[in-house]
Amino acid sequence: MFDYSTLKIIWWLLVGVLLVGFAIMDGHDMGVGTLLPFVGRSDLERRVVINTVGPHWDGNQVWFITGGGAIFAAWPLVYATAFSGFYWAMLVVLWALFFRPVGFDYRSKIHNATWRSTWDWGLFVGGAVPPLIFGVAFGNLLQGVPFQFDVYLVSTYTGTFWQLLNPFALLTGVVSSAMITMQGGSYLAHRTEGVIQARAIKGAIGAAGVVVVAFVAAGFWLQAIDGYRITSVINPSDLPDPMAKTVVREAGAWMANYGRQPLMWALPVLGVLGAVMAALLLAMRKTLSAFVASSLAVVGVIGTAGASMFPFVMPSSSMPSASLTVWDSVSSHMTLGIMFWATMVFMPLIVVYTSWAYSVMRGKVTAAHVLEQDHVVY
Amino acid sequence: MISQELVDLSRLQFAATALYHFLFVPLTVGMVWLLLIMESVYVMTGNVIWKDMTRFWGKLFGINFALGVTTGITLEFQFGTNWAYYSHYVGDIFGAPLAIEGLMAFFLESTMIGLFFFGWDRLSRPQHLLVTALMAIGTNLSALWILIANGWMQNPVGSEFSYLTMRMEMVDFWAVVFNPDAQAKFVHTVSAGYTTGAMFVLSISSWYLLKNRDVEFAKRSFGVAAAFGLASALSVIVLGDESGYTVGEAQQTKLAAMEAMWETKPAPAGLTLLAGINEAEQKNDWELEIPWVMGLIGTRSITKEIPGIHDIKAKNRERIASGIVAVTALEALRANRTDAAAKQVFEQHKADLGFGLLLKKYVLDVRQASPEIIEKAVNDTVPRVTPMFWAFRVMVGLGFAMLLLFGLAFWSTVKSGCMQKPGLLKWALWMLPAPWVAAELGWFVAEYGRQPWTIYGVLPTHMSVSTLSVNSLYGSLAGFIGFYTVLLVVEMFLMVKFARMGPGSLGTGRYQSESVLAPAPAHA
Repeated sequence: MFDYSTLKIIWWLLVGVLLVGFAIMDGHDMGVGTLLPFVGRSDLERRVVINTVGPHWDGNQVWFITGGGAIFAAWPLVYATAFSGFYWAMLVVLWALFFRPVGFDYRSKIHNATWRSTWDWGLFVGGAVPPLIFGVAFGNLLQGVPFQFDVYLVSTYTGTFWQLLNPFALLTGVVSSAMITMQGGSYLAHRTEGVIQARAIKGAIGAAGVVVVAFVAAGFWLQAIDGYRITSVINPSDLPDPMAKTVVREAGAWMANYGRQPLMWALPVLGVLGAVMAALLLAMRKTLSAFVASSLAVVGVIGTAGASMFPFVMPSSSMPSASLTVWDSVSSHMTLGIMFWATMVFMPLIVVYTSWAYSVMRGKVTAAHVLEQDHVVY
Repeated sequence: MISQELVDLSRLQFAATALYHFLFVPLTVGMVWLLLIMESVYVMTGNVIWKDMTRFWGKLFGINFALGVTTGITLEFQFGTNWAYYSHYVGDIFGAPLAIEGLMAFFLESTMIGLFFFGWDRLSRPQHLLVTALMAIGTNLSALWILIANGWMQNPVGSEFSYLTMRMEMVDFWAVVFNPDAQAKFVHTVSAGYTTGAMFVLSISSWYLLKNRDVEFAKRSFGVAAAFGLASALSVIVLGDESGYTVGEAQQTKLAAMEAMWETKPAPAGLTLLAGINEAEQKNDWELEIPWVMGLIGTRSITKEIPGIHDIKAKNRERIASGIVAVTALEALRANRTDAAAKQVFEQHKADLGFGLLLKKYVLDVRQASPEIIEKAVNDTVPRVTPMFWAFRVMVGLGFAMLLLFGLAFWSTVKSGCMQKPGLLKWALWMLPAPWVAAELGWFVAEYGRQPWTIYGVLPTHMSVSTLSVNSLYGSLAGFIGFYTVLLVVEMFLMVKFARMGPGSLGTGRYQSESVLAPAPAHA
């Protein structure tokens, strides 16, 4: 149906779609978790906050699981190299995520202040830590990661966990954290009212400000750090062999794509404008539009990171020729084709029934609603 | 060379986290159908007690489900974090069913589960029933795709090795999907899950009946569980995993180990009920045998032979010799992709590549393998017999005990309608752990029995690991043990608390247990 090189590009786009879907959907309930201890001051207020995502967090979390599965299937070498290389970072994400299912489901089952406040902070950790780590991971991908392959394509990571926490990566971590907080705050503003809504709006506007400042700062910094460039001729339809090319590191290489494709500037512009619009719309209490604007900012920010690196996915700082790219870290032609069709069939269905679930549960979550439905809601 | 300690720790971590995850999955898989049955009766009859049953058992289901989700993410992460070479080597095939599971099944299940709990007042009765049905279907489709992935590890069909990309690649997707091994596994595993769900409801209902609490609620739950459990237990035994055991070589090896069949017996082979296994001399000191039965179960014929361990090893010795040639040719090809002579040799011996790689556990350069090393590798190809033999027998024994219990429970429900004998109720209560023990043993037989391979005949376990430091493994293992212990304590605390509270925990004002625990506190 599609030739191999087209499918390689399609899968780069689809992984992008899954990451953006994850950041918009699971992102908003992670943002709600991040804001939980601050916008909910009493137990009842916190129950209101939690119940805005109560019926949805589980479905949203599948964006994360499916994203992981899709990278496994479409980019197995990236999945293998990134997950094992970032071993401790992945474990921290995983362990932080542990707090979410149990936090949501168990918190309100016991009438005890210590129990509940413990799970509230658990939900905070589960909401705040993963976006921070993912931002830090992106910052490291942009700088290159120290790994190499042997003749069997066994990957070895030669860095340490602490090395990941370098200044540039911490800045991208801030971008990611603030972006997810903005996303969660916008959602919360739409689903609550009164004092909780006011606090959510304040939090989201503040987060949007941080997104704009940190994202622009990271953009300027990006021009100074070493990017990567392929120096050999690439035939996009070749069988994947990550050792077959030559790559150099050079300052400003990540800006080269913008020179070739000036339209790409739309992505960083969308990132900034989306965040600004989200803040303005929130100030005007146009909460649904603000959520859409915030989601567009997510598209812009993640799109910028991906497009700047294209065709690189995971450059190697210690063995640049081993860098993983869209061309040489992918599955076979057949698997990419099957997975493409599976995604085309099921993704629209997912969108349909997820939308239905949100429309069934639509409307403001209020304290009165929580009290009335005491035995049903979280 | 990869240290044995790293391999052992990686295996330990995977086994521990998978067995732990498997404490929650079977109950989820089975409970969804029980919830669907109860809610269907509610929608058909309009009798609110059936809605309360759906909601109360749903509450316990939710407590279990939360940990199922929590621990399931660990398993997906771990292929990448701890089994990186495995992920690279077989991701082209193995990754696809995992991703499809997410797209087709897990999204559906997880979205509907939110509506199941929160949608009672927002959906019409038929709509809510539809949500429950979709949740059940999603859950079971999820099991299907996971077992397709797992079935491929046992019987790797539809794929081929490519020296250019240095990995296995998919050549026939439908062969992977309709892998007979995967299909047999699916039926067996979900039936085990149904049995687990039925036992859970049966045992807890028995406890209410013994205490003479909420009798109308409990006896209906007991009846549903007895009928569903009887069908499930029959299915789990009749459609036992053994139906798939003669399909691939991996399963033949497993079969020989779990039946302690050292020698190939003339067809149709007898079934060894019990045996004194002598691992050192590779024989049984004594056997209690039922003639013919094994041959009939294993081959569905009276003329086909089931190979014994000694014959399997002899064949594997030849395959390792051929594998050495394959590995040598592969390494030449990796150094020079256009080496035509090496390519020709490689194509001839490619089928035995995995057997050559078995030697990498002991030597880097397989050509240097001494006869002693080759003998060690040959012995590695069959898992230890004693744990396989006994784990299998305990699992089957528990299966029959559960079948008997469900049979009696069903009969007593049909006959007496409500009041079961206290002896039966006590037995049902004490059998509560049985399906979990059986399921964990079943996991052990299937996965330990696959050793020394991660992908049978293709990729040895010791090559599959990530190149991590041993200290990282100690650290992560300690973290998992810590988290999982706390989570289990919390989960059991809530489960016991709500099971004791009974339907009164719904706060409907219709159950006597509410007056026991009054005044009704705000339990969500």
